[in-house]
Amino acid sequence: MLNFIIKRLLYLIPTLLGVTIVCFFIIRAIPGDPAQVIAGAEATAEQVEQVRAQLGLEGTLFQQYIDYLWGLLQGDMGNSLKSGQPVLSEILSKLPTTLFLTGASIIVMIVIGLIAGVVSAMKPNSHSDNFFMMFALFGISMPVFWVGIVLILIFSYFLQVLPTGGDSEFKNFILPAITLGLASSAILARLTRSSMLEIVNQDFVRTARAKGLKSNKIIFKHTFRNALITIITVIGLEFGNLLGGTVITETVFSMNGLGRYIIQAIQFRDYPAVQGSILFVAVAFVLINLLVDLTYGSIDPRLREK
Amino acid sequence: MNKTTTATKFNVNDKKIKSPRVSELMRFIRRFKKNKRGVIGFLMVLFFVVVAILAPWIAPYSPFDQDAGSAMNSPSLEHIFGQDRYGRDILSRIIYGARISLIIGFFGVVISVIFGAGLGTLTGYIGGKFDTIIMRLIDILMAFPGFLLALAIISALGPGLVNVVIAIGVFSIPAFTRVARSTVSSVKNNEYVEAAHAMGASHISIIFKHIIPNSMAPIMVLATMRIATALLTAAGLSFLGLGAQPPTPEWGAMLSEGRDFLQSAPHISTIPGLAIMFVVLGFNMFGDGLRDAMDPNMKL
Repeated sequence: MLNFIIKRLLYLIPTLLGVTIVCFFIIRAIPGDPAQVIAGAEATAEQVEQVRAQLGLEGTLFQQYIDYLWGLLQGDMGNSLKSGQPVLSEILSKLPTTLFLTGASIIVMIVIGLIAGVVSAMKPNSHSDNFFMMFALFGISMPVFWVGIVLILIFSYFLQVLPTGGDSEFKNFILPAITLGLASSAILARLTRSSMLEIVNQDFVRTARAKGLKSNKIIFKHTFRNALITIITVIGLEFGNLLGGTVITETVFSMNGLGRYIIQAIQFRDYPAVQGSILFVAVAFVLINLLVDLTYGSIDPRLREK
Repeated sequence: MNKTTTATKFNVNDKKIKSPRVSELMRFIRRFKKNKRGVIGFLMVLFFVVVAILAPWIAPYSPFDQDAGSAMNSPSLEHIFGQDRYGRDILSRIIYGARISLIIGFFGVVISVIFGAGLGTLTGYIGGKFDTIIMRLIDILMAFPGFLLALAIISALGPGLVNVVIAIGVFSIPAFTRVARSTVSSVKNNEYVEAAHAMGASHISIIFKHIIPNSMAPIMVLATMRIATALLTAAGLSFLGLGAQPPTPEWGAMLSEGRDFLQSAPHISTIPGLAIMFVVLGFNMFGDGLRDAMDPNMKL
């Protein structure tokens, strides 16, 4: 297991370097002279040079990258053009809201997705299976922002039981978590169903049935447990989608999290903030995937050997 | 007389011996027809395509004509889907919006098929170090949650429809590269490829004559499914003000415009959302149907 962990950690280095390179180029890919574009058309030559120095756009590209990387290693993501504050501290101040929202949507995803998937797989082609699979099909087809708006209409305006936005109380997170988690629960339901049906036809399940085990025991002890690898993979992958999805959800529900911070930074052309927050989320996503790999390495020893 | 008989016989035999590819296609169509959801999905997609093509002839009003006096009017017989904050007819804007959405989805996916599937075909065929390097690069792109990668690209290139197409194209590249690579890796080990090698065929000719035609099925299925994702992403970007700019009748942007009047005129936001949902649903159902008809065990 230790070898597996070391291998996976080493494997992480080139990916993380690649991620920093992509983020490094966000500013440099701006068409024309990035410093001029950011400073504005009416900026003086002096102001343009000031922006160039502030954003680390001086010297050769290689030198710029080394400086950028060195800064990152010291926790320096630059200063926001809008507030003048260090980007990292701004990100950290927005993070709790986003983490809480993502965590709550993962709970929504697991509860709805697993129940729908397992119930569907227990009686394939039954009415309940058709119902849940239609729900899943609609779930993956509905735009997140539309779901949010419809939920606000129903629960905030018509029923007046939940707030339209904000992030100060627990109840502020209920609608956003459902909005964000619904599509992922649909994906999880489809994959739980298909991976369980795949396992149902395998020899060890047939043997369990031949031994006279109760169907509930077969489902939860044999089928579901073996389908867990797929399910954990999906949860890990969906974590990334949920982090990306917070951008829209936080905007719909006016939440003061990292997702909305990214959008405001893009709208304000606050490039250090855009660069820093996208890097932050991508690194978080890479680390979560590492955690998923390690988790199923411990569930299934065959994967460690591979 | 004799000659005619021989000719007739020859024609009859000709009909019986179909080329393997044609009969395979017929079998596929027959299997697809049996899949009710797939057929419904196909008809939904077809409906939106026809609406998009015929937009100038079937839209009751211009999508840009404003009428301040009847702003935010609810659905009526004259304006079936009601009017927006500037009094523009929502139905006409939805009809024209179909054009924009389908164009973004189609061209976004075309970019990813050309670059993603192209790269995947090369890595799968060449293998070795080239494969390792390319797949590490793809891993880097996959390290970004899809929507975030699109945001990163838009933040660099600036808002606008063309940049949305580029962003969508780039963020779907990893999916196509991976699928094409795994399909090509298995196709290249087939005997007919070895035979072509033995007969002295060049690599380019093998790739174009044997590898690509035999690896297309999963790419086609993925493309259909990715159009759905592309449509949702494009609408999301426009909703955030980073895609289509006013007064373009793009569904995501229309939905966003109605947010301020959610309580007084909910139809402005909800109807464009329904349009997005139904077209995406159509592509998802069509994609599922295609996958099941080609190979139900396909991992997509």
